[in-house]
Amino acid sequence: MVSVSTLETAIAAPEIREARIAWLLALPAIVLLFLFILLPTAAVIVLGFTDFELGYSNWRFVGFENYAELFTDRTFRRSLWNTAVYTAIVTPVSIVLALAIAMLIEAETKGKALFRTVYFLPVASLLVAMATVWQFLFHPTIGPINTFLALFGIAGPNWLGASGTVLYGLSIIGTWQSVGFNMVLFLAGLTAIPRELYAAAEVDGAKTWFDRFRLVTWPMLGPTTLFVTTISIINAVKVFETVKTLTEGGPNKASEVLLFTIYQEGFVYLRVGYASAMTVVFLAILVVLMFLQYRVLDRKVHYA
Amino acid sequence: MTSNAFSVARIARLTVLSLGALLFLAPYIFMVSTAGKPQSEIFSSSLSLIPQQWSYVENFTKALSRVSMTTLLFNGVIVCALIFVIQIVVAIPCAYAMAKLKFRAARTMMVLVMLGLLVPIHATALPIYVAFDKLSVLNTYTALVAPFSISVFAIFLFLQFFRAMPDDLIHAARLDGMSEAGIVARVIVPNAWPAITAFAIFSVVAHWNDLFWPLIVVTNQDYATPPLGLLYFRAAESGDDYGALMAATLIITLPLVTAFLLAQKRFVEGITMTGLKG
Repeated sequence: MVSVSTLETAIAAPEIREARIAWLLALPAIVLLFLFILLPTAAVIVLGFTDFELGYSNWRFVGFENYAELFTDRTFRRSLWNTAVYTAIVTPVSIVLALAIAMLIEAETKGKALFRTVYFLPVASLLVAMATVWQFLFHPTIGPINTFLALFGIAGPNWLGASGTVLYGLSIIGTWQSVGFNMVLFLAGLTAIPRELYAAAEVDGAKTWFDRFRLVTWPMLGPTTLFVTTISIINAVKVFETVKTLTEGGPNKASEVLLFTIYQEGFVYLRVGYASAMTVVFLAILVVLMFLQYRVLDRKVHYA
Repeated sequence: MTSNAFSVARIARLTVLSLGALLFLAPYIFMVSTAGKPQSEIFSSSLSLIPQQWSYVENFTKALSRVSMTTLLFNGVIVCALIFVIQIVVAIPCAYAMAKLKFRAARTMMVLVMLGLLVPIHATALPIYVAFDKLSVLNTYTALVAPFSISVFAIFLFLQFFRAMPDDLIHAARLDGMSEAGIVARVIVPNAWPAITAFAIFSVVAHWNDLFWPLIVVTNQDYATPPLGLLYFRAAESGDDYGALMAATLIITLPLVTAFLLAQKRFVEGITMTGLKG
């Protein structure tokens, strides 16, 4: 009996010691995780049910009042719609362009690195700064884009200044900025495809490049494409920098997007409760997107 | 026949790639060109890229005098460096414990990390802002850095990297009498450089470019980071002085672009590694 119990402690002691050290090593991360992620997330959900405003000491729980207001808030609805339109333009265009560029670069023998660098450059550039440059390019009278269009007798629009075109202008900037990132991920996906598959496809009668693309490249890129799609959608939903720098949601709320509306309500008008309800909607959108990716990944794309 | 078809295809490919590249570079070309033009020439709206009257000195002097560019760049470097160092000092031991040590909370931690990956700063910004306001730490480096001290993404990335490391390495170190902290510092970190560089690039690019959080917690120019400083510059520059504005954007874009051009292979590898795992 005695020997068994001492044996047990002899085995257990190092295990307890190991667990204690593990706790110590993980402790700073755990504390900070609670402090800066879990607690604020819980707080934002709670605040969404209050009428808390910064600067006023009185606040009370208002139930779903904020959410009811959101439904009828024209600015918020406009903002959701604009974010959806922006995402619906930027995501597919930047993915198709990135895939095309990646395939062209992959097929090339020399100059691969040069082209990769050029297309990736916007990712490494300060977006606020480059947005300023785009503002100049888009300038209705002195901007190079409209000057160029004028050479062909086309009167260019007031890109960022007209409510009809501002979202397209922002989408062009967004696409320009994200193509390089997607391209690099596609390049990694393309290099991972075994060469023999193309040879095998050719033996099986895949004559044109399109056959090879349809039979080998596209299915093999499945997981990459899914991942690129999710991350592109999430990044597009998070559009903020260009809007804040160039349009401030204008003209006439035509470029009001989700994060900008939250920023205005919460940090400019200081209506924290109401902005928190908006944030919960934003968070819900992200959760749904991640969940969808997870489901699709689970089901469809297994080639590895 | 085949070689001919090959060369036609290749010429078409190169043409498309080059035209695309030119389009992607156009903003940079116009930035450099406009930064050297006097106001009158910019307003003549010609497409000529080379300034007739070189005004680089004028425009750069204006850019440097309106907003203190050195303060901005210094703040950017300090904030990014602090964030990165704290992130890895916090994340590496935690990831090591989760990957290589037996403790019961590891599974719960994994769930928390996965949850944390879902939550961007935009979602936690309001309560953190209210708390920082109450603690009166707005307009400090603390406010800029603290919310990013924990990177669940770093934990996630290092966790995957450490899991692939052989256990023998750690056992050998333990037999040599090294403490667990010693193992992290002298065995794990030296073997984790690829993951650390990849994460460094990811972290620095993200925080150097971030406008959202600095905009919220900083109203004092002395603590402005480069993106925020450029906003101030634009506000001060109410007119259409595009020459000075382009000079300012050039100064502010240059550091990270230079770093990228010098270490582009690492950049691309880093983004691929962090991108695919994220």
